[in-house]
Amino acid sequence: MTSATQQRPIADGLFTWPAGSPALLGSRCQTCDKVAFPAQGSCTACCSTDVKVEELPARGKLWTYTIQRFMPKSPYNSGETQETFKPYGVGYVELPGALCVEGRLTESDPEKLKIGMDMDVIFYPYRNEADGTEVISFAFQPVA
Amino acid sequence: MDVAIVGIGMHPFGRTPALTGLQQGAYAAREALKDAGAQWSDMQFAYGGSASSGSADALVNELGLTGLPFTNVANGCATGGSSLMSAYNAVKSGEFDVGMVVGFDKHDRGAFNADPKALGLPEWYGEVGMMMTTQFFAMKITKYMHDFGITNDGLARVSEKAFINGAMNPNAWRRNPIGLEEIQNGMMVSDPLTKYMFCSPSEGGVALIVCRADQVSRYTDKPVFIKGAALRSRRYGSFEVFAPSQALEQVPGPTVDASKAVFEMAGMGPKDIDVAQLQDTEAGAEIMHMAENGFCEDGEQEHMLANGETRVDGRLPVNTDGGCIANGEPIGASGLRQIHENVVQLRGQGGERQVPGDPKVGYTHVYGAPGISAVTILQR
Repeated sequence: MTSATQQRPIADGLFTWPAGSPALLGSRCQTCDKVAFPAQGSCTACCSTDVKVEELPARGKLWTYTIQRFMPKSPYNSGETQETFKPYGVGYVELPGALCVEGRLTESDPEKLKIGMDMDVIFYPYRNEADGTEVISFAFQPVA
Repeated sequence: MDVAIVGIGMHPFGRTPALTGLQQGAYAAREALKDAGAQWSDMQFAYGGSASSGSADALVNELGLTGLPFTNVANGCATGGSSLMSAYNAVKSGEFDVGMVVGFDKHDRGAFNADPKALGLPEWYGEVGMMMTTQFFAMKITKYMHDFGITNDGLARVSEKAFINGAMNPNAWRRNPIGLEEIQNGMMVSDPLTKYMFCSPSEGGVALIVCRADQVSRYTDKPVFIKGAALRSRRYGSFEVFAPSQALEQVPGPTVDASKAVFEMAGMGPKDIDVAQLQDTEAGAEIMHMAENGFCEDGEQEHMLANGETRVDGRLPVNTDGGCIANGEPIGASGLRQIHENVVQLRGQGGERQVPGDPKVGYTHVYGAPGISAVTILQR
């Protein structure tokens, strides 16, 4: 990152940003201990509104996955065109003690993906806005 | 009060450029009235649904302004099932004697284009490319194949059967059989599912006339009785479409809950069912829904499919009209198509695709976004 490049997170409150080691943010119900992602003001399990935002684990196991082979219609907004579109992986990663989070995967070769493999969350420039600002999103990457 | 279906009508599914969705609905409504020997003015109520073709109650402009109470139903992919259940309850309560259930739609080509805001989801979820029903079904079957040993051959056999049945159904959209190899080598949409394993948004209309059981002889000598109808939505922990996250511990989905409820209501079990129409948004969905509805154990589907047990002449015929894969999915009409097909089968009017052995009990199941399921049991 150069100092000249502006960055913004794709959504406020989705992950800590800017931060030295950013993390996804979930909300834990103080009544039933269930975690929601993205963080929300009430619990989807028990209806309580007593929730606390917390950082989610950075590493987990691949729960399931697929590869998106064609370019989705709007609201998909990656800056790609039909010509530049590249298929991408999507999966759920089981974050211990929290929940499974759905995200794009950095790997798009199904031969290199296996249910149960270790995955790390990463934060990366997803697309550029017209003024050059980088929009930061999250993805999961197989642990090398 | 018991409730029967005494008239059915359908506009063929597929693409009909000359007619609007509403006009296809009106066509189906007239066919159903003709089938029951009834007049539109006899209808004491109507429930109808359409996702993309305007309000269903606009049908009165086509059929006649009789003053009847017409209620629009909007419940995603379970719209047809929800409309039927509303009509069933309206007659069962004793409030009405006879009325209509109708559904129609006309969708644009290509995958459904879901709006995150309409479903209470954040914008970024669609922006990064996760707002796709196709991904959900692919991920659900990937996990299911991993856990229960279903193979790609099993997936392809579901599509092969759908196209064989579609070829025998004059109302179907896809009317040409497609071989296993072509299905497997088709363009990959979302691994492991190829384009021949998915249903597509389409067009069509279906209407049914429902009537209290003690008045059926006015309309038909082949009444089909609704023995049960149930609708359920997702519980915390079930794995559903359009979910940015999923609980660590899974619970059974709405299909399992609705299925249990309908069998209890009908006083029957899966062994009593002679023909079943199960939501086959894609080939894997039919496989998973066979188990979720109680027709087999997880993993048994592989050999059932290899042995042809779900073909028209098999032990448990599934999706005898070609299902969503051969008919496409006009959302408002899709669930009613299943009921239509079961009535055809129970009346013995299936022609080339008639289930042999004089079937008496039929089962229907729809599933859709954002995690709802509607099921019925019909008996002649």
